[in-house]
Amino acid sequence: MSKPKIATTSLAGCFGCHMSLLDIDERILELAELVEFHKWPINDRKSFSAQCAVGLIEGGCCNEENVEVLRTFRSSCDVLVSVGDCAIMGGIPAMRNMVPLEECLQEAFVDGPTVHNPTGAIPNDVEIPLLLDKVYPCHEVVKIDYYLPGCPPPADTLWEALVALLTNKPISLPYNLIKYD
Amino acid sequence: MSEKVEVVLDQICREVGNDRTRLLDILREVQHRFGGVSGEAVDLIAQRLETPRVEIESVVSFYAFLSEKPNGNVVIRICDDIIDRMHGSETVARAFESELGVQMGQATEDGKISLTHTPCIGMCDQAPAALINDVVVTHLSSDTARTIVAELRENHDPTQLVKELGDGNNAHDLVSSMVQNNIRLRGPVILTDFEPGSALKKALAMSPVEVIRNVKTARLRGRGGAGFPTGMKWEFTRAAKADKRYIICNADEGEPGTFKDRVLLTEYPDLLFEGMTIGGYAIGAKEGIVYLRGEYTYLRKFLESVLERRREEGILGRSVCGVEDFDFDIRIQMGAGAYICGEETALISSCEGLRGDPKNRPPFPAQSGYLGYPSSVNNVETLCCTARIMEHGPGWFSSHGTDRSTGTKLLSISGDCKRPGIYEVSLSTSLREILGLAGAEDAQALQVGGPSGQMVGRQEFDKTICYDDFPTGGSMMVFGPQRNLLEVVHAFLEFFVEESCGYCTPCRVGNVLLKQRIEKILDEKGEPADLQYLEELAQTVKMASRCGLGQTSPNPVLSTLKRFRSEYERRVKPATDGRQPGFDLSEAVAQAVNIVGRESTHS
Amino acid sequence: MEKVVTFLLDGEVIQGQEGQSIMQAADEAGKYIPRLCAHKDLTPHGSCRICTVLVNGRPQSACTQPIADGILVESETPKVNQLRTDIIDMLFVEGNHFCMFCEKSGSCELQALAYRFGITAPKYPYQFPQRDVDASHPDIFLDRNRCVLCGRCVRASKEVDGKNVFQFVGRGVEKRIAVNSEQGLKGTDAEVMDKAISVCPVGAILKKRVGYAVPVGRRLYDHQPIGTASEEETTE
Repeated sequence: MSKPKIATTSLAGCFGCHMSLLDIDERILELAELVEFHKWPINDRKSFSAQCAVGLIEGGCCNEENVEVLRTFRSSCDVLVSVGDCAIMGGIPAMRNMVPLEECLQEAFVDGPTVHNPTGAIPNDVEIPLLLDKVYPCHEVVKIDYYLPGCPPPADTLWEALVALLTNKPISLPYNLIKYD
Repeated sequence: MSEKVEVVLDQICREVGNDRTRLLDILREVQHRFGGVSGEAVDLIAQRLETPRVEIESVVSFYAFLSEKPNGNVVIRICDDIIDRMHGSETVARAFESELGVQMGQATEDGKISLTHTPCIGMCDQAPAALINDVVVTHLSSDTARTIVAELRENHDPTQLVKELGDGNNAHDLVSSMVQNNIRLRGPVILTDFEPGSALKKALAMSPVEVIRNVKTARLRGRGGAGFPTGMKWEFTRAAKADKRYIICNADEGEPGTFKDRVLLTEYPDLLFEGMTIGGYAIGAKEGIVYLRGEYTYLRKFLESVLERRREEGILGRSVCGVEDFDFDIRIQMGAGAYICGEETALISSCEGLRGDPKNRPPFPAQSGYLGYPSSVNNVETLCCTARIMEHGPGWFSSHGTDRSTGTKLLSISGDCKRPGIYEVSLSTSLREILGLAGAEDAQALQVGGPSGQMVGRQEFDKTICYDDFPTGGSMMVFGPQRNLLEVVHAFLEFFVEESCGYCTPCRVGNVLLKQRIEKILDEKGEPADLQYLEELAQTVKMASRCGLGQTSPNPVLSTLKRFRSEYERRVKPATDGRQPGFDLSEAVAQAVNIVGRESTHS
Repeated sequence: MEKVVTFLLDGEVIQGQEGQSIMQAADEAGKYIPRLCAHKDLTPHGSCRICTVLVNGRPQSACTQPIADGILVESETPKVNQLRTDIIDMLFVEGNHFCMFCEKSGSCELQALAYRFGITAPKYPYQFPQRDVDASHPDIFLDRNRCVLCGRCVRASKEVDGKNVFQFVGRGVEKRIAVNSEQGLKGTDAEVMDKAISVCPVGAILKKRVGYAVPVGRRLYDHQPIGTASEEETTE
């Protein structure tokens, strides 16, 4: 019997949640026994070639590419988990949600006190994904099955949740493992 | 600060004895004189009343008719309740906008004319209507909008807009309004002739306890909608130990679609004041307050004159009807645009010069109300009924209606019907009969009791308006087969979002969330799960809200989910590919597309 | 002598004194009822509605509802706790609660309530409102993004500090906390030691130059759910 596959990605996040996953320390070996990491930043695979049992999403959706990746994860993963505050509520990137997009760009590329931009141009290469009007929590874009809050979620939270998912048990986190910071 | 402002403010405050509890009167006057209550005015008032400035700011910011920024000398407020919208108020609003060259919520370049929306002004029977300062203009069209703007630009005097006077006392010198009464059906209890003093004399021949007993024997229940037995309310108020008590008339008729109190105040003010005087006698009050909604300011001078006449006739004031130890007088407290003030404890807060926040109960007003004194707050129509009970006896009164719902009820009927207006009917009348009277046989739905009431469909038109079937404050909005009922629900939720005082969480936040989810469904982005979401959210708001507003604001959602579920079901479809149908990528990138000038490669 | 009132709270007989609220009587009996706007040193407000209980089947706020003989009060039932969870969710989406950088995190009562109810994500959509920050005062921040409109600061300023630094302005979704000066907090007589400053249950009112004073793991609610302390206090 082949091992269940896992996929992870970081959208508008800082990879801190992935770091927390690595923080499960030696249990990572145990995890590697249990699952196959099909597509994750470590192997840098570009697309899914198989259906995965579990997808872990770090980060919210700040641009159109995030939306596309998230949708692909949704259709390629049986269970999709929002990992961390950015995936769940937008997190730090969502601090721009209270400012109109045009003002954000103006401040970031033209008016900001540390900006040196003699042409005053706002970067606009076709390779740059278009920004969304605000940063969206993942569950406002696709259906999400589970949420693991935290900035980042404690390594134990990730471990407990993964073990439960992989052994077909409901995720039930004790008091100590639900944290928003 | 100009010296003039200081002098005027000084005078305004002094007129009410620098009394903090009369703050609403002060602010209304300042608003009237200066077009707004500026920061400087707030400071001056705060000094005069020896109150922190933030308290003044708090009150100013609560009421729709008060503003910190100055409005124009002329403020056009277009009524935008659902009935007015059905009669074309949006077209009228566009006409005003283009004629004035401003958007809703703005003032003309010279700052002289402001344009804005306002919730129901009690003119659904002559919609579309608007308030221009205190002047009511009705039956508006794009054409009349243009004429009105032209005239206002000329003379800036809204009173000159009234060309033809309405019927009855609307034509009275002190009213001079184009409003029509539209009394379509007179019944035996309320809308009949009344001889001022006749009911009062009979009441004063009894002891206060006997008066209360008669009201109880008549089994009169409150006409505002809640249906609390009036005799019991008076009894509780009388029983509370205090050296002062108050009787307060709730003339803050704000439930969209109701306008019966407008007609009572116009045509039967003596009946009302008599009922209040009787109530004052019964509970042991020396003072009565009529809390008159700001929208009905055009009736104020007339009502003051009726009070003055009653004083001259000896049926109000010192030793009423010659009864030595019974002094009783009435003052009118003007509201300033807040639906929540129709809630009795919010109304009391407002009378006290506070924000119109409802109070925590207990204590109930009967124990501790206005300024902490026992108070009985009664609806206009209820007080009119008490006068009739005195006049004709409780047996006569309870011979009308049904056993548990005695007397008659005034209905305000509007919407898709041939004969909008006021109807006095028995409480045993069925909805079908009501629709027949109004000429609305093809109605798809009847909103009984206004937005906070129930939306009822054809299968239940044989039920009656008695307290056991569909109790109502009297608002009856008819929706014909062509109407989108979800848009109606949406309009009602917009209203509640606008009018929530914001004190408690479920009402402040929950109504916004309900409104957004209805929008999602109207935008054809709904899915079946949204129905359950709406149901659960509506229940939470209903259960957890602190006062009647939040406890009833989910009713449009709940009653349509119950009776018109197919309206929802046919608009939702299951989500596909695990996507959230509420998220639209092309909408989400639209701003960016606009800024960078290239199309999305993903949507 | 005070009259003793006996009632049932979740099936348990509770005795209190006449005039007490359900919350006071429950606290004395060591039964915690979740709350946010209520504070033991302040007049009850009845605004957050988290302390909603069913009294003979009718919803009432435990902080304002007086006890009465023979009433049946439901608090820790799935139905009531669902209401509370919904209200907490509403408060989270209504404001801008970025716990990850809030100095109050770990000691925040709103966050602690969410932890207590095991909330991993609110069920309502985030509103991301635009709110103002007032950093004008030399010692105090007022960040309205985090304000839950509980009114503790309003009451504490009046009732305890004998000042009138805070008050609500606006209504409905526009409702917000204002201060008694057009110049912002620096124009008021607010002082850092005021009760009004310390009673804020969230990070809306904070003392400057305190920062993240308590390390993660030693903060108020890091290990013990909110309400535990109150239960212990009364059993001591």
